[in-house]
Amino acid sequence: MSNRNEVTDDEMESLLNEVLEIYGYDFSDYSRASLKRRINRLFQNDHFSGFAEFNQRVKNDHRYFARFVEEITVNVTEMFRDPPFYLALREKVLPVLSTHPLIRIWHAGCSTGEEVYSMAILLQEAGLLHKSLLYATDINPGVLDILRKGIFPLRAMKQYSENYIQSGGKQDFSKYYTAKYEWAKFDEDLAEKMIVSTHNLVSDRSFNAFQLILCRNVLIYFDKQLQEKALRLFDESLESLGFLALGARENLKFSSIAPSYQQLENKERIWRKKA
Amino acid sequence: MAQESIKPSRVIIIGGSAGSLNGVLSVLPEIAGIVSFAVIIVLHRKPAGENILVNLLAAKTRLTVKEAEEKEPILPGHMYIAPADYHLLVEKDYSFSLDVSEKVHYSRPSIDVTFESAAEAFGPKAIAILLSGANIDGAAGMQKIKECGGVCIVQEPGSAEVGVMPQQAIDTVAVDKILPTEKMAAWINENLLI
Repeated sequence: MSNRNEVTDDEMESLLNEVLEIYGYDFSDYSRASLKRRINRLFQNDHFSGFAEFNQRVKNDHRYFARFVEEITVNVTEMFRDPPFYLALREKVLPVLSTHPLIRIWHAGCSTGEEVYSMAILLQEAGLLHKSLLYATDINPGVLDILRKGIFPLRAMKQYSENYIQSGGKQDFSKYYTAKYEWAKFDEDLAEKMIVSTHNLVSDRSFNAFQLILCRNVLIYFDKQLQEKALRLFDESLESLGFLALGARENLKFSSIAPSYQQLENKERIWRKKA
Repeated sequence: MAQESIKPSRVIIIGGSAGSLNGVLSVLPEIAGIVSFAVIIVLHRKPAGENILVNLLAAKTRLTVKEAEEKEPILPGHMYIAPADYHLLVEKDYSFSLDVSEKVHYSRPSIDVTFESAAEAFGPKAIAILLSGANIDGAAGMQKIKECGGVCIVQEPGSAEVGVMPQQAIDTVAVDKILPTEKMAAWINENLLI
């Protein structure tokens, strides 16, 4: 790969400044190494003749800008990712939530929604789905369309089924979807309690009070300052004695909200807000 | 910005598959001034047994061995292991970032991803070492290391358990040296440390 095919640091910063001015999307506090790699990947995949053409396209073509945001943010996700984490949700968190008359859960940065469907399955198996609301938000409208349809690649189901069993699932996983051609369409009952909306953790405010907030593998793309801001937003949005769940390599320990939280004993990345 | 701390004098970034490390680890301590270096290790492996790997490596080096954590500053005297199932990237302020984006060459962590960001962050301070492996991960990253002024050392494919990965780098990049692992430390001492 030669340098001609790469966006320089200065070009990236100027592009991101213009994106902020024109569209109001602020990437200035995203971690640079990953963001630059994503931008270069898009720049190369879409075969621009040079940075100027790329820059013009992003600025002037709103539809291309939607692609730009979707491609420079990471949307890789899976069902029951990190099965021990879901086992901890089943055993330690749902029994507490079950005492509430209405359970409000927020999946922040949910991407295409595989984790939201995983949660809906947990709730259904615990007999709690009927009194739950699952708020699913992401910066990208495109991935939320996939979530609303509940249709995922069939080839992933073998892995998801294994994850499901390791997470303590006792059912036949295939009962939750209908296979058609290359796709698995998930049971519409699972989606009935999902409330789907765009939300930008950089710029949007708290919009409800929750008993459980999940934001997994999103904060890793933010610098420390933006991580802190997002964690404060979660803290404002979480009821006393509520739970905050992060990704397997994310941590609360260096943030200002840490003293108000207690990590679950089993070392999964789930923290409970103190009374 | 990472805290203003002492930066490592050089950074060795080692990529390989799990069986490939023993050789290079047994000779790392022979590098003069290794305690002023940082070492970053990216291995293709199954996503399990993190602590086992850290303990195994710790037994073989004077460096402090730990799994790399996101936003953690990169310090001299430390050996960092890329966590399973994440790409490990290096920021220009000498700190780590993690990324769960698509696999590269069927691998996450990918050696290319770490090499490429390390090339930009460390420039001529980077020493990339590519060991035994069965796919072509690492070669594109080595190209970037070269472009940014760093040094590339590749395991002699004949001495590797699986020669595909080092051979791909040799075929596509003007690497600085091709060696069996047990000769790497001596070469680094003679040629890179003045």
